[in-house]
Amino acid sequence: MPTASLTRPLKVLLICCLLVSAWAFLAPMLWMLSTSLKPLNETMTLPPVWIPSEIQWRNYPDAIAAMGHFWRYAGNSLFLAIMTVIGTVTSSALAAYGFSRIEWKGRDKVFVILLATMMIPFPVVMVPLYSLFKSLGWIGTFKPLWVPAFLAGAFSVFLLRQFFLTLPKDMAEAARIDGCNELQIFWHIILPLSKPALLVVAIFQFMATWNDFLGPLIYLTEQKDFTLALGLQSFQSQQGGTAWHQLMAASTLVVLPVIVLFFFTQRTFIEGIAATGSKN
Amino acid sequence: MTRREKENLRTGLLFISPWIAGFLLLSVYPLVATLYYSLSDYSVLSPAVFVGLENYRNLATDPIFWKSVYNTFFFAAFALPLGLLVSLTLAVLLNFDLPGRGIFRTVFFLPSLMPMVCLAVLWQWMLNGDLGLINNVLRPPLDAVNALFGTNLTPPNWLQEPVYAKWGIIFTALWGVGQAVVIYLAGLQDVPRHLYESAEIDGANFWKKTWHITLPMISPVIYFNLIMGLIGSFQVFAVPYVMTEGGDGPERSLLFMATYLYQNAFDYWSMGYACAIGLVLFLVILGLTLLATGLSARHVHYEGN
Repeated sequence: MPTASLTRPLKVLLICCLLVSAWAFLAPMLWMLSTSLKPLNETMTLPPVWIPSEIQWRNYPDAIAAMGHFWRYAGNSLFLAIMTVIGTVTSSALAAYGFSRIEWKGRDKVFVILLATMMIPFPVVMVPLYSLFKSLGWIGTFKPLWVPAFLAGAFSVFLLRQFFLTLPKDMAEAARIDGCNELQIFWHIILPLSKPALLVVAIFQFMATWNDFLGPLIYLTEQKDFTLALGLQSFQSQQGGTAWHQLMAASTLVVLPVIVLFFFTQRTFIEGIAATGSKN
Repeated sequence: MTRREKENLRTGLLFISPWIAGFLLLSVYPLVATLYYSLSDYSVLSPAVFVGLENYRNLATDPIFWKSVYNTFFFAAFALPLGLLVSLTLAVLLNFDLPGRGIFRTVFFLPSLMPMVCLAVLWQWMLNGDLGLINNVLRPPLDAVNALFGTNLTPPNWLQEPVYAKWGIIFTALWGVGQAVVIYLAGLQDVPRHLYESAEIDGANFWKKTWHITLPMISPVIYFNLIMGLIGSFQVFAVPYVMTEGGDGPERSLLFMATYLYQNAFDYWSMGYACAIGLVLFLVILGLTLLATGLSARHVHYEGN
């Protein structure tokens, strides 16, 4: 909204509101960081101190050692994230092309079904999926966590279809007249034009896999196969909440890759989030 | 169908075939199987035995199940409207041309990036009765009240007290509304300026403009966020599960429908019973989504329709 009509005191008031809310959102993160650098006894002082008397970097290597297989967890998370990103981007791009750039009978009705599947919560289908993967001998392996990604997620198809619909038709028509088939048009014309949208889908999938908890919780059985999220939970429940300095250090380490990813791709990221809510 | 139409149909289906496979294997099959298992005695280890409506009869008289239903509705009934209010207010604030709005937007957004497990661990610490930041903020004003009125008010030990535990989860959820803020802000920025300008000429104030222009124009975005929030809050699981170290809180105050489903499936291996809970959960989400869609049909305004 334009602010030309805002009086000066009103402007100051609005900025104060923003500052107070910003503090509420920022304080827990700073608190996490601050706790992660404190000596243990300083996590228990009242009233709490924000700046530790000595910055105890040691908490980080200590937390890594205490978690047991930290680097394995990180490797597992990274492996799953890469596999699901590859799977989702390729399969969803193909499906989105079929839902947007080819006219076929019943297409839009089928697309409504796709949208409806987004309403199915994972807990509702997890028991049959578990027994399906069990009969395949996949429980205790990574397969249930990445193979399904190659079967096009509804949300990614939705986002990519929105984008493909905005691309002009004439280039594809010209290519068609020159004898290109749909796969060539998809590969040589549509995909190169869609890099930003593909990046959005890749980032979202990376985050979803990195953050996933329930999936790894039910499918992974060996401690060394845990993802970082699951490893952190298992560390926390062994701890029973006493070594807060190490727990906060471990938490910070798990969040860090996501924050770094966000700052490198901020613009794409924010635009991607904004796009999910529009033009429904 | 002409030859061309047939060819298009074939190519189209070929392109969407990964999704069709996923739809059949990851949506249709599990839904049908959930229905069948919910009518069976099933433990994964041995084949399912059909028992008719027994699981549902047991659910109807299971006080723990009703507790989980109550807790889930309680959480959604507060987390959803409060989330809507907080995120919309922040988006409206950010929509003014004020200095530093890019930074503010990032600050509001950052917490929503946190993995659920980190969120839970951090807020378990935040809500700690003695040492947590929340109570350290609450204590001075409560002490002031105590000094004035001779009362003896102390902040609660959030996650250990049945009455307050769910509020702890609600606060945690509110802290992660950043995505909705970004989506609302994008919606607000799409409202054409000339609408405001002509309203100003007619002498409309801020509230009038908000009520008659802003809210109707962004109603599709509100509807979208509401549905997404609804689907998300009815399957709340990870945060309470981690905060209680895999339990369900004092007097089961943090037992949600998804928690009870998980416990039955993977702690007690009562998969049939778990599927019955799952089906009820699905019907609740479906019913509320349809209800919200019906109610919003009159109020959601689509530009160009």
